[in-house]
Amino acid sequence: MTIPASWYLVLSVLLFGIGATGFLIRRNVLVMFMCIELMLNSANLAFVTFSRVLDDVGGQATVFFVLVVAAAEVTVGLGIVVSIFRRRNSAIVDDVHEMKG
Amino acid sequence: MLATTRTIPDVLVFIASALIILSGAVGVVICKNPVHSALSLIGTLLGVALAFVEQQAHFLAAAQIIVYAGAIVILFLFVIMFLGVDREEKISVEPLVGHRPLAITAVGVIVGGLIALIAAGGWYSGAHSVAGPNDPSNDVGALGKAVFTTYLFAFEATALLLIIAVVGAVLLARRQPEGRSRESAASPGPALDPAQDAVDAAPIASDADQTDERLGDELGQDQDHEEVAP
Repeated sequence: MTIPASWYLVLSVLLFGIGATGFLIRRNVLVMFMCIELMLNSANLAFVTFSRVLDDVGGQATVFFVLVVAAAEVTVGLGIVVSIFRRRNSAIVDDVHEMKG
Repeated sequence: MLATTRTIPDVLVFIASALIILSGAVGVVICKNPVHSALSLIGTLLGVALAFVEQQAHFLAAAQIIVYAGAIVILFLFVIMFLGVDREEKISVEPLVGHRPLAITAVGVIVGGLIALIAAGGWYSGAHSVAGPNDPSNDVGALGKAVFTTYLFAFEATALLLIIAVVGAVLLARRQPEGRSRESAASPGPALDPAQDAVDAAPIASDADQTDERLGDELGQDQDHEEVAP
């Protein structure tokens, strides 16, 4: 509890960086979704840290809502992945290039 | 210095959670097999839950484990197994030349900028929001009070969001009923379909049928193997 906030914030930034790197360089849709989850988690960690430092429970309430939104996002996203896979038989984003002009 | 300003167990817990979080995150990115990535993701989520406990957010730590590790990762694993995409991706192949160095450079710039911002430390406003103070001895009560009074409208909105997500997932994932062609289907059907069907209905329909047959054959073969095996 006495850990300075900057340590947690740096940890959160590193986690966000790893998630963003993975999202940019991986081509499997499912792994890209997992990297989005990593970035959401880093934001949650920063919210909880600010909630502690600023002595304000609003940060924790925000994390609660982020959890709900993440669950909804994963549900719809995986539904789309299943739908695309049925049609293309592939989960690699490079194979879905039908919308290119 | 270290022992006077902060206690040793706190530092140890922080280091342990940081190691778990970062090693799990790196595992998600570099594992070739999606199943291994999902398992590494569980490690990261547990590390974040540990960091929440360390910062007196006990309810969020429990919700993190239940919602993320218990529901979301299981959903990931279910889809991976269901689609059979757990074969390994060729990571060494780089389809766009110079794509990866550019991505890593951009992320490095962002991370460096954020860390510089933290080091500058200019983010303290000190102003409290309407939610009320954080009570470390009763974090569940304080959070519940905030969610059900100050953020009541947002809470109801998330309930609506979850309903919409469930309906959307059902619509996206269900198969088209037998005996009805895709073009003439009056029901909404998968949300992605209508626009493309209008353009090139026949080839896609045949593609989908072939895919279905292929999937069906694979499933049938699997069942045969299971029957033969014992």
